[in-house]
Amino acid sequence: MTATPAPPVLTVEDLTVVYEVDEPVTAVRNAGLTLHRGEILGLAGESGCGKTTLAYAVNRLHRPPARIASGRITFHDRSGEDVDLLALDDRELRAFRWDKLSMVFQGAMNALNPVGTVRAQLRDTLLAHRPRMSRKEVQGRSEEVLRRVGVDPRRLGSYPHELSGGMRQRVMIAMAMLLEPQIMIMDEPTTALDVVVQRDILREIVRLRDELDFAVVFITHDLPLLLEISDRIAVMLDGEIVELDTAAGLYRDAKHPYTRKLLGSFPSLSGERGAFIRTGVDQTAGAPTEERA
Amino acid sequence: MTNLKPANTTPVADADPAAPAAPARSGWRSLLPTMTPWLAIGLALVGGIVLFGLIAPLLVGDPRQIRDQGLTPPSAEFWLGTTQTGQDVLAQLAFATRGSLQIGLLVGVLATVLSAFFGIYGAYRGKFLDDAFSLFTNVFLVIPGLPLVIVISGFVPRESRGLWTIAVVLAVTGWAASARVLHAQTLSVRQRDYVAASQVSGERPWRVIVVEILPNLLPVIASQFVFAVIAAILGEAGLSYIGLGASNSATLGTMLFYAQNGFALSLGAWWWFVPPGLMIALFGTGLSLVNFSIDEVINPKLKNLRQHRRRARRALRLERELARASRRTAAVKETDR
Amino acid sequence: MTSVHVTDLVKDYTIRGGLKRTRLRAVDHVSLELTPGRTVALVGESGSGKSTIAKILTRMETPTSGGVKVVRDDGTEVDRAAYRREVQMVFQDPFASLNPFHSIEHHIARPLRIHDRTAAGEETRQRVLEMLERVNLTPAATIAPRRPHELSGGQRQRVAIARALAPGARVLIADEPVSMLDVSIRLGVLNLLGRLQREDDLAVLYITHDLATARHFSDEITVLYRGRVVERGPADAVILDPHHEYTKLLAAAAPDPERLGRVTADAPVDRDAIDNGACYDHFAGEWREAGVPAAEARAAVRD
Repeated sequence: MTATPAPPVLTVEDLTVVYEVDEPVTAVRNAGLTLHRGEILGLAGESGCGKTTLAYAVNRLHRPPARIASGRITFHDRSGEDVDLLALDDRELRAFRWDKLSMVFQGAMNALNPVGTVRAQLRDTLLAHRPRMSRKEVQGRSEEVLRRVGVDPRRLGSYPHELSGGMRQRVMIAMAMLLEPQIMIMDEPTTALDVVVQRDILREIVRLRDELDFAVVFITHDLPLLLEISDRIAVMLDGEIVELDTAAGLYRDAKHPYTRKLLGSFPSLSGERGAFIRTGVDQTAGAPTEERA
Repeated sequence: MTNLKPANTTPVADADPAAPAAPARSGWRSLLPTMTPWLAIGLALVGGIVLFGLIAPLLVGDPRQIRDQGLTPPSAEFWLGTTQTGQDVLAQLAFATRGSLQIGLLVGVLATVLSAFFGIYGAYRGKFLDDAFSLFTNVFLVIPGLPLVIVISGFVPRESRGLWTIAVVLAVTGWAASARVLHAQTLSVRQRDYVAASQVSGERPWRVIVVEILPNLLPVIASQFVFAVIAAILGEAGLSYIGLGASNSATLGTMLFYAQNGFALSLGAWWWFVPPGLMIALFGTGLSLVNFSIDEVINPKLKNLRQHRRRARRALRLERELARASRRTAAVKETDR
Repeated sequence: MTSVHVTDLVKDYTIRGGLKRTRLRAVDHVSLELTPGRTVALVGESGSGKSTIAKILTRMETPTSGGVKVVRDDGTEVDRAAYRREVQMVFQDPFASLNPFHSIEHHIARPLRIHDRTAAGEETRQRVLEMLERVNLTPAATIAPRRPHELSGGQRQRVAIARALAPGARVLIADEPVSMLDVSIRLGVLNLLGRLQREDDLAVLYITHDLATARHFSDEITVLYRGRVVERGPADAVILDPHHEYTKLLAAAAPDPERLGRVTADAPVDRDAIDNGACYDHFAGEWREAGVPAAEARAAVRD
């Protein structure tokens, strides 16, 4: 929420992703957005709206039969160099991923290898991208990232099942920031967690962003959560970005009816909105009526 | 990696009363495998052999009739030639096929009933009963099947060693593995909320098992039934071949036993041992093909695998073209500068 | 009309790990009261024991000690045989709670038949269609023959609600009934539950981890932490004026659009330090030792 926008780190133009099934389905349609350095961009939408597909396609992690049908994805490196992501070949892409742009997947806390220690998994990731690192450096870096996400470095020797859900999620975030990427894409990183743990992790993400100045794309269906943590929010409906605005702007003055509907779907914790559920009388105009038309 | 499903499978709208009414479909139909060339071949083989076993014995002559035309090759009179003692091989094959099918069916039904009872009921009831049933199943699982069958068959005096005896022996030694699988499947189905929901609704236990759980296990049970039939026919053939088969019945195994005793192989009388051997092999093949199709019902992923691969290749090709085009434009820009 | 009195409920699970047996107390002296026409929300994190309470209330688990008494208006206690008619449950996951093998009609017709609400045949069919219409699944005649996978999540949950009401239930346990649904249809389903409750004067236990809907959907909130009740009271009082440290933590952690751009820099809290072993009762307006039955607490207020 800075006054002058930071330089862009990722530009997506006119991106279309199609699933090549019998009747090809357009999962993402002409999506365009610019991610600024150090920004938290929220991507909101309901199941099947294409938000996860979009996130995967940006990283070219989508799997066939999904394919990028059109568009441009440009990464603006800190060095000033522009990288056309669609033009990268497989080897370049592997080098690019995780190093410049990392992902925390949905349900990632169950994505840790159950038979490897946290140390082994951090080491494998590090050595895959920095083959010349010494053992000491690897150990030092691993301890550092764990400390950063608020996990005791003594946990390096633990196996995933010895950690709680929140702890595993932190380890996944630590893994995502291992190589100091400039962008982190997080797909529902806290959905499976309890609110208190979720709050701790959100706090950690915001703090790390402030310290390390990476940009975050935060994908979730939980609009109130996005309103709290993001600088800007994009709302997706049926594969299209229907609205993109600052969090405050979106909350106060949503333009698209779908955004308003989404906002109205969350009763307010401390405010009066939502009180009609109990009484059956809708006290505020604009909130959804009992049944959708 | 959750969003690999095409977006169109996700229902987007909730209250959608205007949606066209789907045709009423019963759950039973979803249990039928889709027709594929392999399934068609399998069904044709099984159907053909079953028909042969049912009808042919009515048309051929007495298989035991002894003639003085020993070991004649196939001819117009005897389509499959004769045995050492001049018996018609075709007639023998017809009755032997019927005998083997009888054994297969009998054992298939017995083993399936046993495995369903111990596997499903134990898993559903849980606690002590489950432990007891599991122990019992495990004991039968580790008993070496064939040696036990040989011992039991050898122990039963030849006169009383009928079709039923053999069937029971084969079923008793063959149900345990299926019971383990059903046990695991039932445990997983029992965990589902819809089972809990029907219990909360007040359904009686037997109804929960039969109406709510069993239909979801049917593909597994069907697959195991088919497997049990194959195993029984092969097992019986093995027993008969070593002379421990049912005394008063003719099966494909006994045919092979007599062919072996009559030195069919060394005398070059291929028409004597090839038909029963081929019959067993073809029937096994047919049932296996049917079984693969049932597997696709159990695991729908298998069904879509080939189609999925084709689509993936197409998507990949189209995307490569896009990448190449974008590299070209990048190169052009570079030279422009 | 029927009410439920839960007194001093304890549930221990034995965990077998190798030769060692450890006891885990999932529910620790919990008392609750459900009265006709009122919704009580049971709020807590996963592992706080809220689902165990639901299982005990629906007789899928037996309590280690303490009891559940279900009493009709005329004072007669609901016995074992009639229990399932009176107390029903809506499950969390509508994708798992309907049998993929059976039609929608089967799911609603069975409870009707089991509890002799209809004779067989055409009458049952008519009642099924009525039930579907009550939960706004129209046109009912085209919904009834479908199978669960042909319906969306929201539609399935409506079917689950219709099934729960089919026996003529007076008490409804709703275990996170909307947490698996898309956000834009959640309020619709909650509103439906609210309307049915008013129409039938149901006693509802709403189990959730979502404080915002708990506040607006229920009359009373009971906060559960590590198997114990740590706070109870009228919905607004508990959320807007929390007394127990854990409730404060929960309320502070829940996303709230009203607090746009809230600073998220406050320090994490030591979870072991926040449990003082007591329960704040807004009805009594004072701290009580955890485990004091709700009835006593209420009686104290009336005195």
